[in-house]
Amino acid sequence: MPSELVKNYFRTQNLPHIWCPGCGNGIVTRALVKAVDSLGLDKDKVCVVSGIGCSSRAPGYLDFNTLHTTHGRALAFATGVKMANPELKVIVITGDGDSSAIGGNHLIHACRRNIDITTVVFNNNTYGMTGGQFSPTTPTGDKGTTAPYGNVDPNFDLCNLATAAGASYVARGTVFAANQLEKNIIAGIQNKGFSFIEAMSTCPTYYGRKNRKGNAVDMTTYLKENAINKVAWDKLPEEKKEGKFVIGELHSIERPEYTEQYDKLIASLRKEG
Amino acid sequence: MTVKLMQGNEACVAGALRAGMKFYAGYPITPSTEIAELSAEALPKVGGKFIQMEDEIGGIAATLGGSLTGLKSMTATSGPGFSLKQENIGYGIITETPCVIVNVQRSGPSTGLPTSPAQGDIMQSRWGTHGDHSIITLYPSSVKEIYYTTIRAFNLAEKYRTPVILLLDEIIGHMREKIEIPENDDVEIIDRKKPTCDPSEYKAFKVKDGDIVPEMAAFGQGYRYHVTGLVHDETGFPSGNEHVADKLLNRLIDKIENNKDDIVTYEEYLLDDADIAIVSFGSIARSSKTAVDTLRSQGYKVGLFRPITIWPSPEEQLVELASKVKKIYVVELNAGQYFLEVERIAGRHTQVGKYGKINGDIITPEEIVAVVKEDQNA
Amino acid sequence: MKRWELRFSGSGGQGLITGGIILAEAAILDGKNALQSQSYGPEARGGASKAEVIISDEEISFPKVEHCDLLLSLTQLSCDKYLSSLKPGGILVIDDSVENPDRDDINIYRIPILSTAKEKLGKPMVANIVALGAIHSITEIVSQESLQKAVLSRVPKGTEELNKSALKEGYGLVK
Repeated sequence: MPSELVKNYFRTQNLPHIWCPGCGNGIVTRALVKAVDSLGLDKDKVCVVSGIGCSSRAPGYLDFNTLHTTHGRALAFATGVKMANPELKVIVITGDGDSSAIGGNHLIHACRRNIDITTVVFNNNTYGMTGGQFSPTTPTGDKGTTAPYGNVDPNFDLCNLATAAGASYVARGTVFAANQLEKNIIAGIQNKGFSFIEAMSTCPTYYGRKNRKGNAVDMTTYLKENAINKVAWDKLPEEKKEGKFVIGELHSIERPEYTEQYDKLIASLRKEG
Repeated sequence: MTVKLMQGNEACVAGALRAGMKFYAGYPITPSTEIAELSAEALPKVGGKFIQMEDEIGGIAATLGGSLTGLKSMTATSGPGFSLKQENIGYGIITETPCVIVNVQRSGPSTGLPTSPAQGDIMQSRWGTHGDHSIITLYPSSVKEIYYTTIRAFNLAEKYRTPVILLLDEIIGHMREKIEIPENDDVEIIDRKKPTCDPSEYKAFKVKDGDIVPEMAAFGQGYRYHVTGLVHDETGFPSGNEHVADKLLNRLIDKIENNKDDIVTYEEYLLDDADIAIVSFGSIARSSKTAVDTLRSQGYKVGLFRPITIWPSPEEQLVELASKVKKIYVVELNAGQYFLEVERIAGRHTQVGKYGKINGDIITPEEIVAVVKEDQNA
Repeated sequence: MKRWELRFSGSGGQGLITGGIILAEAAILDGKNALQSQSYGPEARGGASKAEVIISDEEISFPKVEHCDLLLSLTQLSCDKYLSSLKPGGILVIDDSVENPDRDDINIYRIPILSTAKEKLGKPMVANIVALGAIHSITEIVSQESLQKAVLSRVPKGTEELNKSALKEGYGLVK
């Protein structure tokens, strides 16, 4: 029997989903839906936009206005949707490659504009849908089908990237700490501006197998043992940060929101006219 | 009645506003930039929205997003930007998202001669995006016609739920010409048909009996549906079924190809008694028209056939023309692109020749006159 | 009225395109057909600049200058470049800083356009309006009334008197 959450927010006729056993995408999707549920948003006024990749299939399962676009372009489409109707709560679901490689330009500019869109990146450190190539978040030295001898590319810290580019809310969570992830998504949606939430996910099928990281439980355990909350992280000496990563709310500021600024411009011109 | 000197790109924006454009997303590129500049100035004054995106791809993507959210949307670009937009033009086709994409052609390939004219995107405007599809491409040749053709581009986009390509070129985009716009014109404005059924009964991609395309709900209107670039069934959800693919992809082609009577427009000039025809469009049709006048004054029975709808091509009309004349010359500012289409259609019935140029210069009437005379007197 | 083809040439920033637009607008005010086009290099200032105007009572099909009736050149470079395009019997209007060309089949008006704008009027940027005034005196291609109206509707607010003076100076350069 599906849960109330599934009944209320999923297009059950489209289930089961296409994700592999052990994939973390379901956990992130659930956290997102729980966040929407706890905020009591009107489903008719929520628009979920995605690009291409494993994670980007999520909107097809969700009972909102949903838009599955082209590779890398979710944020550009979402920008059009939000501009056309600022009343809509626009949520972008994207992957690490989708958002930071082919869609990297749209990401930094959405951050810069501080347009009121909440972006959740399902970061599984690989291109899963095409069979496990390395992505901009694959750690240096790790393997992918296009990095058979280990990846020589340095990897992005997506949260630092979003912060530097101007996002007004930035957080990182994991599929292990799903409750905290949900809280971060709630705060992201409530933030009037561009919110960026990196959800560290698991891909045992490709990334895990290629890099001998074990099964889904092993990979989730890794996320549990190496994630350190922001408060503790800030007190940690540098040498103890080696191999660890910070999670939680990383950055939160107030900045003018893009569509509000544009609406003010319209109002001032119409008053003049 | 407003009588004024207006630039081609300016007339495009004026026509778009008349058609009800409320959203523009684009990226600056010569020689289309005035369209972005004037949209940026005009749209917020009428409660519309303009956004300068970070790149050309973002321009078309946001345009499609705006249209899906219910606003009549347009973007404009030129050669290199048109290349960059192609993938998402295909997305607009398969998702049946109305919008107008203006391409003010310039010389190419690549950066080419950025401020020089060309008509090199005739085939790209037909086959630029991958996969089998049909498309509507319009190409006016005067400032006044740019105004009315832009309105028509929006109307066709809304009526057939498809991206419409509006081709201009550097010459007609940048030239200024006299235009008369009546205060109270009776121009028909078409808006997309929206659903009125209960949301539980809405099938986003089902065509009702008697309709050409599915009714289109705007995001936020209360119909929570799915839009995807994947092949999808009538509900909008993806399907890998071959019958579903067959039905959808053929419907997308048929909705255009079966309505050519409505879509195809053209101008005929001095063709009634002609035994020689020139086929030409956009700015170069103006050179051809002057050439026709000159040749007529020298006793040649020449006329001009000017397609305004480039795609789908005026197949029926070209066959009829071919049966009347002993030769057709396709005169275009490229190395012979539309020639391929005219030869395919008319080649069985008459001789088809071509004249083109790719060095950044315009084709002059004198050149056309010389080509026709030399060939006819050979 | 026959088809008039005019070409204004000089360097970028001399207001030649604006000059072309103004002349075309004046022709429309007179009830004629007019078409204006331009070409320019990648430079926003300096570089070569060219504006073309075609005026006719009839429909204007071919939009470019083919048989130039009047060539205005404010720089030596532009005069050298476009002189050959001026048809026999055509009118050449050059600034007096430009050398008299070696052609005896055209009518040449060598007049102080740039110095009138710079020294007499104190504003080099009104050279285009001075030139329009001179061209009017030579050709009477548009009515004086329409030309002044077109000038005043295009120039920045607050410069109306200056531009009226520029036109007047231009009229006076050709007797």
